[in-house]
Amino acid sequence: METLLYMQTDVFPALLRGFGVSIRLIVPSALVGLAIGIIVGVLRVYGNSFVKIAADLYAGLFRGIPLVIQLFIWYFGLPYFKIFLSPFAASVLGFSLCSGAYHSEYVRGALLSIKRGQMLAAESLGFSKIGMIVSIILPQAVRRALPGAGNEIIYLIKYSSLAYMITCIELTGEGKILASNSFRFTEIFLTVGACYLLMTSVAAIILAKVENHLKIPGFEQQRT
Amino acid sequence: MTSPILRIENLSKKYGQREVLKGVSLEVEKGDLKILIGPSGAGKSTFLHCINFLVKPDEGHVWLDNEEIHPARKRELYAYRQKVGMIFQDFNLFDHLTAFENVRIGLVKVKGIGKDAAGARAAQELERVGLKEHMQKYPSQLSGGQKQRVSIARALAMDPEVMLLDEPTSALDPELIGEVHAVIRDLGKSGMTMIMATHQIGFASSLASEIIFMEDGRILEQGTPSKIFNDPDNSRTREFCSKITDLYGER
Amino acid sequence: MPESLVAVIDAFPYLLQGSLVTLAVVAGALSFGLLVGAPLAIGQVYGGALIRRSVGLYVWFFRGIPLLVFLFLFYFGLCTALGINLSAFTVAIIVLGLISSAYQSQIIRGAIQSLPEGQLKAARALGMSDIKAIVNIIIPQALRLSIPGFSNEYSILLKDSAVTYALGVAEIMARAHFVATRTYHHFPLYFAAGLIFMILTWLGVKVLRLLEDRVRIPGYSHN
Repeated sequence: METLLYMQTDVFPALLRGFGVSIRLIVPSALVGLAIGIIVGVLRVYGNSFVKIAADLYAGLFRGIPLVIQLFIWYFGLPYFKIFLSPFAASVLGFSLCSGAYHSEYVRGALLSIKRGQMLAAESLGFSKIGMIVSIILPQAVRRALPGAGNEIIYLIKYSSLAYMITCIELTGEGKILASNSFRFTEIFLTVGACYLLMTSVAAIILAKVENHLKIPGFEQQRT
Repeated sequence: MTSPILRIENLSKKYGQREVLKGVSLEVEKGDLKILIGPSGAGKSTFLHCINFLVKPDEGHVWLDNEEIHPARKRELYAYRQKVGMIFQDFNLFDHLTAFENVRIGLVKVKGIGKDAAGARAAQELERVGLKEHMQKYPSQLSGGQKQRVSIARALAMDPEVMLLDEPTSALDPELIGEVHAVIRDLGKSGMTMIMATHQIGFASSLASEIIFMEDGRILEQGTPSKIFNDPDNSRTREFCSKITDLYGER
Repeated sequence: MPESLVAVIDAFPYLLQGSLVTLAVVAGALSFGLLVGAPLAIGQVYGGALIRRSVGLYVWFFRGIPLLVFLFLFYFGLCTALGINLSAFTVAIIVLGLISSAYQSQIIRGAIQSLPEGQLKAARALGMSDIKAIVNIIIPQALRLSIPGFSNEYSILLKDSAVTYALGVAEIMARAHFVATRTYHHFPLYFAAGLIFMILTWLGVKVLRLLEDRVRIPGYSHN
């Protein structure tokens, strides 16, 4: 009875609040990350050599350094240069930039996988460069990049928990506070885990639906 | 009267609604070379796979040396398969092992023979099929004909009483067929009991003790090569034989 | 020389010691993950419906929840609830290993499924039991084909191992933070830590590439 009351008055409101913060972290990070990834991915394929090097360097650094360290750099490191970010802002910045680096990899792979003949055929039909990109390249590239990019968003959902480590109190953080106060670590972290499972599963289902919707016979997608 | 070494009764197999084998029976005497002919999809390959239960027949019985095989008894099944060698259309050599190791692995892992003794036997079998100098090569470094000879050596090393050959030359370039046929011919001369599916009519007629014509999951006719090729009773047999001789330009 | 550079140079040996801890955690987790993941993969390919579904559930569970939540759940929750006293280091290896086993099982499963069906058939035709065929024929081939996947898994585990700092494992990240809070040179120290991770990634991938070449068999391709 006491447990039930505790769950009702303390656990649910706190976890709900944390869930809300997590969503507010994930959604903008996913969108900004995707936008960065598309731009950088395109630059890595079609940019001039200077742009290519810069874009490759960005992707290499942000995929090579652990995300926790990146978050620490944005939150604890930037004040070194007299720039101060809130935990929330530092988290969104960190997630977007890291996610963008991974997305750029999938976009790049997708663009490179399109056969030269596709472009030759489009040019021979008299497509303009823009027309070719919009009508021929993008529809193919989107399908190729989708599984990887979708996976990256599922990773982002899980990695959003790292915001707690720079004191942005989202789902994991609320769970940690609740658990530390009540010493019910197992129950609370299982509940928190269930919330993440819900998010990742819903994302996976949506991804599968979209992939299925865009499926073309014989057009193979690269699996990651 | 001798009793058959291998007796097969009423083998049937269905894939979903499709009946691939419709109660096929066959008796094989020691030293026989039975050759299965017939159009693709006739059930020859399924028949061979069912004989050693690589494909589980829905019905039917198999006896080896007058002992019925119960495939549900695993130990019995494994022992039986050692006595029945199988040669596949696409060789199925173990891709991570050299020719030598391919032949040795069954001896070591199935028969439990020590590595040295097994190695000596493997070398001997590879020499028998003329591949002594290619022992240390991996499957990808061998030609199709060499691969098939390794797979024959692999089966022979197990001292089989009967060999099943499922179109052993159909995946080979024409110029490589001869070397495999030579090995099979030698086997026949040494008295090996064999059942072979093939489209090579010329080879079949020169070697077979009996030709078995299969179509649509059934044996339509069986008899000596001269009977089947020159004077078949069944009109379908005649049609098939004339078609296939046209196609391959043999005989 | 700028003060920040001095701080990094001073801390460098200390950070490098941390990389030994990091590598120990990663090596432990990778091995543990393989030990659990390989049987899972075999179960998922060759097992009955119940086994297949159980493995699927296991994979879904360990891939669907963040590492940090698992670390807290095991270290603060389950260890206490079950009355077992494990060090943060051990828990880090177990948790990373369990998560990795879910991913590794899928790498190995993919490799097994990419093998031609005839391999198993030929083994059976020689009289091998299914277990013998899987151990002697399927697994040696599948593991070779899995090496690029393991290499990827290594670099993911390496980066994820930085999260174990949350339990107080004295790996690179924890040490960088420890020095940073004392010297106030946060940015250069974190950056140095990040570079050490990149170097470790590069080294590990190199080592796995060497391993791949060593066990390479003619005719087996990288993909």
